[in-house]
Amino acid sequence: MLGVVRQKMLGQSLPKIRPVVSVLRSYSSAAKQMTVRDSLNSALDEEMSADPKVFLMGEEVGEYQGAYKISKGLLEKYGPERVRDTPITEAGFAGIGVGAAYYGLKPVVEFMTFNFSMQAIDHIINSAAKSNYMSAGQMSVPIVFRGPNGAAAGVGAQHSQCYAAWYASCPGLKVLTPYSSEDARGLLKAAIRDPDPVVFLENELLYGESFPVSDEVLDSSFCLPIGKAKIERVGRDVTITAFSRMVGHALKAAEILEKDGIDAEVINLRSIRPLDRSTINASVRKTNRLVTVEEGFPQHGVGAEICASVVEESFAYLDAPVERIAGADIPMPYAANLERLAVPQVEDIVRAAKRACYRSVPLAAAA
Amino acid sequence: MALSYLRSSSSRSANLLRPLSSAASLRRPISTDTTPITIETSVPFTSHQCEAPSRSVETNPSELLTFFRDMALMRRMEIAADSLYKAKLIRGFCHLYDGQEAVAVGMEAAITKKDCIITAYRDHCTFVGRGGTLLEVFAELMGRQAGCSKGKGGSMHFYKKDSNFYGGHGIVGAQVPLGCGLAFAQKYSKDESVTFALYGDGAANQGQLFEALNISALWDLPAILVCENNHYGMGTAEWRAAKSPAYYKRGDYVPGLKVDGMDALAVKQACKFAKEHALKNGPIILEMDTYRYHGHSMSDPGSTYRTRDEISGIRQERDPIERVRKLVLSHDLATEKELKDIEKEVRKEVDDAIAQAKESPMPEPSELFSNVYAKGLGAESFGADRKEVRATLA
Repeated sequence: MLGVVRQKMLGQSLPKIRPVVSVLRSYSSAAKQMTVRDSLNSALDEEMSADPKVFLMGEEVGEYQGAYKISKGLLEKYGPERVRDTPITEAGFAGIGVGAAYYGLKPVVEFMTFNFSMQAIDHIINSAAKSNYMSAGQMSVPIVFRGPNGAAAGVGAQHSQCYAAWYASCPGLKVLTPYSSEDARGLLKAAIRDPDPVVFLENELLYGESFPVSDEVLDSSFCLPIGKAKIERVGRDVTITAFSRMVGHALKAAEILEKDGIDAEVINLRSIRPLDRSTINASVRKTNRLVTVEEGFPQHGVGAEICASVVEESFAYLDAPVERIAGADIPMPYAANLERLAVPQVEDIVRAAKRACYRSVPLAAAA
Repeated sequence: MALSYLRSSSSRSANLLRPLSSAASLRRPISTDTTPITIETSVPFTSHQCEAPSRSVETNPSELLTFFRDMALMRRMEIAADSLYKAKLIRGFCHLYDGQEAVAVGMEAAITKKDCIITAYRDHCTFVGRGGTLLEVFAELMGRQAGCSKGKGGSMHFYKKDSNFYGGHGIVGAQVPLGCGLAFAQKYSKDESVTFALYGDGAANQGQLFEALNISALWDLPAILVCENNHYGMGTAEWRAAKSPAYYKRGDYVPGLKVDGMDALAVKQACKFAKEHALKNGPIILEMDTYRYHGHSMSDPGSTYRTRDEISGIRQERDPIERVRKLVLSHDLATEKELKDIEKEVRKEVDDAIAQAKESPMPEPSELFSNVYAKGLGAESFGADRKEVRATLA
């Protein structure tokens, strides 16, 4: 998907678009494809190879090769000292990970899904996130908490929650949400090298997806900056922000919208905390319309924060109210048809974008 | 080398007192005299799944005087903190350790600064034992720049990483898995050192403690879990909170030792034993039978759930400083006057530190935004009114 500069049909003058990195898309010009799973695996491998202080800990990460095979081969390569299978005791092993980070090691703690991180959330927030501040800089915590986040398929209410909003509200944490293989590699390597606690939210349904990766991405020194969003698709008419799996949905929505003459700009947030407000606001100032997309619960969600930021920083530029697409405001149901209604679909994003563009879309009757 | 066996109980040892020498030159300077003395602990150790160490503890005049001085300093510091809190110079939470000094002091005597200590919120004396200064304590309590956490932590968040003191934690029980993590890192780094993770009788029932202990035992981590059993978890007596208050046994497959936590020498012996054990065999639990004279915190009078007789009884019979005082006097290591002089010195030190701490300014407003991250990446942060106050995190 090369970013193409489009001429506005109505002949309005085109403000000069600076050659933003994504327009050149230098990263995705090569032929090689890599799954997100392999990207994460290679990132872990390279960082463990480069720094003996890095170690991996979690349930089934070793002998089982990883519940989702993300850590495949690592036990064999690095041995049981550095790839540690833990009992099913998240509070215990997350605390142990943070303590190891206090001492100066660089733990990567895997939660089999982030739903289980709630068992350990006190250590993530109170033991990790706040320590550097409470100690006035004595106790930095170079830990990464990673694992699948959000909905999978048919796993029900207790196994489907998205934790991006909760963790990203906490100062002291960095919260990353990779989408593509490039994101997975670059952000995980950056997270492991970062001296602060990072919550790294993957997505199970993305693990098997392949993306093109350039030689630069494949290089062991490749790293992406934390706190910077990526414009996946340049557009003129409406900004769509998304993260993780929803980026794919947003891109599909953009293709559909294009046929209706709406040119959508799709922003892959990559980093929920720090949130790249400047990229988001610059985009909205260009397009004047915003649709936020997320998988998680709507109330107090990521979209709410983005909307507030845009209203505060770019109010005069908005030509329409901000639209939010989010997971349904209910626990995740199991039945396939209900599940489909509980998670944002491409058509939801298309509809919201059209509303933002004042294309008449008949409103559904209020329930 | 004069060796004297002496029962160090509270009985009047008048019959064993040798006449005090009036010529000071006949005695070596007390602060440096390392002539070994062996003293018996007040009571024998009780053990679980291991063999108890001997109750004969090797010490020397210098060490005993250090115990006396350090505990007197800690005692004075905590009492001064009480006054400062009542004068509203200390705010929020303030959990005082007076009565428990022997644990901090005895532990330090058995270990080095390469060993790690982590504790909960009753951390002022533990911090001082690790080398923290009185100025750092009082300034932090009063929220000033000279505080060990530059005024940003408060009473519960003292740290001294350069002597391997990892805080200072407000969430009951959280420090135990953290301490096991420190032990993990020590073993991973092949440092041949151990971690003492301190917790109270209240925290002893926390699930995460058993999770961490399980992992420590599986992985043979050099973790020593020290239950400072002062018999009350805030206002709840141990028998109301624990089905089994034999905390030294609660590790099940992990060995444990019950120790008189009011006897600094017993604490020292137990910690020495535990360190040797942990380096070879993995985790061990020490239960220190101790007592806090103050309530749980400054907002708790401490007398609604226990009798004043109980408190004064402990003070009479088991006070850790008095025990050492009697030992020093009965072994003729110092005169009463010398000990009183030490107490006066210590009092002055505390007063001076408070005066100095009061001079220290409060943090600059810009400190609001410092240390949120170790590496700020130029991220933005905001004050209460984000249009008014915002900062870029360095």
